[in-house]
Parts: sequence; structure tokens; C-alpha cells
Amino acid sequence: MIAPYQRKAYWNAATMSLWERAYLPEILRGLAITGGIFLRNMGRWISGRKGALTTYYPEETRFDYAPANRGKHVLTQRPDGKPQCIACNLCATVCPAKVIEIEAGFDPSDAAHPKFPLRFEIDYSRCVFCGLCFEACPEDAIRMAKETPGLTSHDRHAMWLTLDDMLHWQPQSDVAKPYPAATAPQSPRPD
Amino acid sequence: MTQDLAIAIVFIAYAMGMLITFGTLLTWVERKQAAVMSDRIGANRAYIRLPYTQIKLVWWGLFHGVADGIKMLLKEDFKPRTYDAVAYAIAPWVVFTPVLLVFAVVPFGGQLDPGRLFPGLADWFGGRTYPMQIARLDAGLLVVFAFSGLTVLGAMLAGWSSDNKFSLLGGVRAGAQMISYELVMGLTVLGLILVYGSVDLGAMVQQQSGLVWGFLPAWGVVLQPFAAVLFMTAAIAENKRIPFDLPEAESELIAGYYTEYTSMKMGLFMFAEFIEIAIIGALFTTLFLGGYNLPYMNDAGFALPGGHTIAMSHGAAVLTQLVVFLVKVMLVCSFQILVRWSLPRFRYDQVLRFAWTFMLPLALVNLTVTAVWLWMQHGTAL
Repeated sequence: MIAPYQRKAYWNAATMSLWERAYLPEILRGLAITGGIFLRNMGRWISGRKGALTTYYPEETRFDYAPANRGKHVLTQRPDGKPQCIACNLCATVCPAKVIEIEAGFDPSDAAHPKFPLRFEIDYSRCVFCGLCFEACPEDAIRMAKETPGLTSHDRHAMWLTLDDMLHWQPQSDVAKPYPAATAPQSPRPD
Repeated sequence: MTQDLAIAIVFIAYAMGMLITFGTLLTWVERKQAAVMSDRIGANRAYIRLPYTQIKLVWWGLFHGVADGIKMLLKEDFKPRTYDAVAYAIAPWVVFTPVLLVFAVVPFGGQLDPGRLFPGLADWFGGRTYPMQIARLDAGLLVVFAFSGLTVLGAMLAGWSSDNKFSLLGGVRAGAQMISYELVMGLTVLGLILVYGSVDLGAMVQQQSGLVWGFLPAWGVVLQPFAAVLFMTAAIAENKRIPFDLPEAESELIAGYYTEYTSMKMGLFMFAEFIEIAIIGALFTTLFLGGYNLPYMNDAGFALPGGHTIAMSHGAAVLTQLVVFLVKVMLVCSFQILVRWSLPRFRYDQVLRFAWTFMLPLALVNLTVTAVWLWMQHGTAL
């Protein structure tokens, strides 16, 4: 003889008042909440404001990134506009994703910094944004700005950042070291 | 005779076009409304690029429905090694066809007089008028129930013939749930039939042009508010949508009775579900919301409570009726989507208990009260 199954009684079992057990009023209250939010947001869209909390990403970037957010890489420049980088390959060595490729060049005319990068490229399709590269850098040559413009692409082969990109893109807010004045007019924000 | 055929073809094309459009559009409306309800933006990436230009037509993501359709068509047509290949192949059609057929008896406009609308054709039509519905059947509402009952068969066939335990469970659940709620739906509508004294949907709509207590429009929702709520609940359950989507509960049964279906066969199930939203919208509009008429409106114009009448030309009346019907159906569809994105799912035993111990008694009470009230009004005339 097997005793019939008894559902376990919980000390905090939900109790419903008669009003809640009537079901319909509470259902209608819930529908009124969601419907009200729908109408509010629709009103915002129709009147030309934004009715969503989410960001329409590549076209629209958030303004409230944390100050220490690790975003797009920046290569700093010397006052004469040459990269600060001495092509020591420390960042490429420490990079866990192995996405940094540096080709060094030799410049006998610059006695203080004879070694410089001919090519400095980062594959953004594989970068994990861990920030070890700028921690490893002895020359403060690479940094990460807090914003992340233009990360998306339809083609993974088009996602390599070149030396030129990293030297010359203008972050909204940077940093301790001033840049030489921009020669080209500053590009507008991508949104 | 030829005239009748031409009109019938026009009506059928209109109804088909409307249903297919609703089916495609509702996939987009559902996503977008859900997104706006939850403070998101929603599907907005699919676009059509004009050939040879870089002009991309995004249109708030309206083309996501098209993208879905193309995706469904291009997927591999997987066939499980099942013992009943025929049932497996016809099940989506058994679900899809009755859903379309239901609309045959739903009127989407009033009396159409093509001779008055197009004076050049007046001779050809010779004063014939046509009610704007595909088939004017005396048994209208009964036909609706007969056809919508058939979809149960499709769901159970799909669950049975897929040779998959999840499918079988889904099919069994679908059968139990849909038969239970079919009963509730029939009983709620019986009250309406008593009030209107007819099962012809066109006659029902015409009666809703009248007045109650001298000022309220005699809509079903005014005469039978209780039945309207019960009908809507039962209809959503019948369509197996979210508070009642036990037959296809993703978290329990993968996809329920269509687990083993891929490509456009699966697409047919989805499409049937979305068209059924529109059908429920059309039925609810017809039965409870005055059909294709605005309040106080009839085929000739408006008859306002104070005894004033505003005449409308035939063309204006027909156009108003067509548009009003579409708008009402869209609003009811939107309400169903609101319900679907607001309420959590029932447990399986709760679904059946809800039908048999809550909705069925309420439907019976509603029917009894209606019958007694009508008996007191009309005495023995019933």
C-alpha cells in the first residue's frame, strides 16, 4: 500500500487573498502596468524622443563608460609626431590572445630612440581587451581609451587596427599627455 | 453569374491577402511591441538595399518578417525516420488550412453594391448587392467552431507521427487543452447566440448597430461583458499562446508537438499561430466589438442616440467599414500580444483545472443568467 503523494508544505508558501484569488483583477493590473509602459514608450518614440533604455550600439555609443574602461587602443606620440613605441615587443609577448604584431625598424639618425615600429597592428576580431599590453609597456606608448567606437565589421579581415589608426584617432577624453594639435579637423562623433 | 464569380474572387483575394499580411506583419509587431514594452528597441536590422545603390530601406525592421520567411524556405527539410510519414507530412497543413477557412464566414464589411460604387458597371451588376464576406452561411458561427476544432487534429497528428517523446507529450497536451477550451469557448458564445437569436455572423454585426438603454451601442461587449472576457481567455488558450503554451513549452518540451519539424513545415505551424491571432481578433471584433461598424454606425450612415441620423455615401461607408474592421482587428491582436508578454505560463495541471473548475462553471453561470434574463424580458417567446 503506497501512501498517496503529499505535496510538501513550505513555511513560506504563497498565500493569496480573496482579491488575488479572483484572478482577473490582478491580471488586469499587470496588463495595465505593461500596457502603460508600452504607451509611454510609444509616446516617446512618436514625439521624437528615445523610448528605450538600451543603446543602438554601433550607431550610438554610451556616454557613461567607466573612467577606467578598457576600450580602443591609443598609441601615444612624441612631440615631433613619431610614435612613442620603441618596438620592444613586450606587449606582443604578454598578450594572451596573441593579437599584436610589431615589425621593428631602425633609424640611425635618432640616437635616443633608434628602434621604432614600422608596422604595429592589432587584430580586433580576437582582442580580449584585458589591458595587459598597456600594463607591460615600459614607455607609456600604448594606452586604452575609455570609448569603443567602430568596433563592428561585417568582415573579420577588416578588423585589423593599423599603426596609423591607433596614432591618429581622437578619443573624446584623454589623458595625461597632450597630443600635438590635430592637423585634420576632428571627426564628428559616430552617432 | 459571372458577376457573382468576379465578386467572390475579389473577396477571396482580399481576405487571403489580409490574412497573409497579418500573419507576416504580426511577427514583426510581436517583436517590436515586446521590445517597446520592456524598454528595448527591438528588431531593426533587416533591410532591403535598392539595387545598384547604397540606399538601404530599413523601415523600423519591417523586413524581418521577410527575412524569416526566406530563412524558413532555405533551411534543410529534415525528415525523421518515422513510421507514419504521411501523417507527418500532412500535419502542418491540417493545422494551417482550417485556420484560413475560418475566415470564410467572417464579414469584413457591410452590404456592397458594386453598381453604385462603380457607375460604369451598374448595367453589368443590375442592382445586385453582396455582403462583404466570402460565404454568407446561416450556420456561420457553427462553421467557425467546426473548422477551428480541426486544428486539434493537426497538433495531435504532428505529435503522434513525429516518433519523438517530446512531440508525443506536446500532442497529448495540445489535445487535452484545446478540447477543454473549445468547450468553454462554445458555451460562452451560446449566450451571445441567445441574445442575438442567430448564428449568422453578418446578422449579428447588423444587430450590434442598435442601442441598449437608449444610448450605449449594442455591442457584444456591452451585452455580454463576462462572455467577452471568457471568450478572449479561451481563444488565447485555444491558440496555445503564452499563458497557455503548454503544448510547446520550450523549457519543458523543446518545441512540443513540432519538435521534429524543420524549414517551412515548422514555418507553417508558426504562420498558422500568427494567422490565428488575426482570426481571433476578427472573431472577437465581430462578436463583441460591433464588427466592421463604428459605434452607432450602420450601412447607411450613423444613427446617433438622440434620433439624429447622418447619411454617408455608399463609397464612404464601404471604405470606413473596411478600415474600421482592420483597425479593430489590429487592436485586438495587439492586446493578445500584450497578454503574451505580460503573463507567466501556467503549470499543466493548472491549465486543465482552470478550464474545468473555473472557466466552465463561469461560462455555465453566464449562460444561465442570460437565459433567465431573456426569459424575463420576453416571457415564453423563447
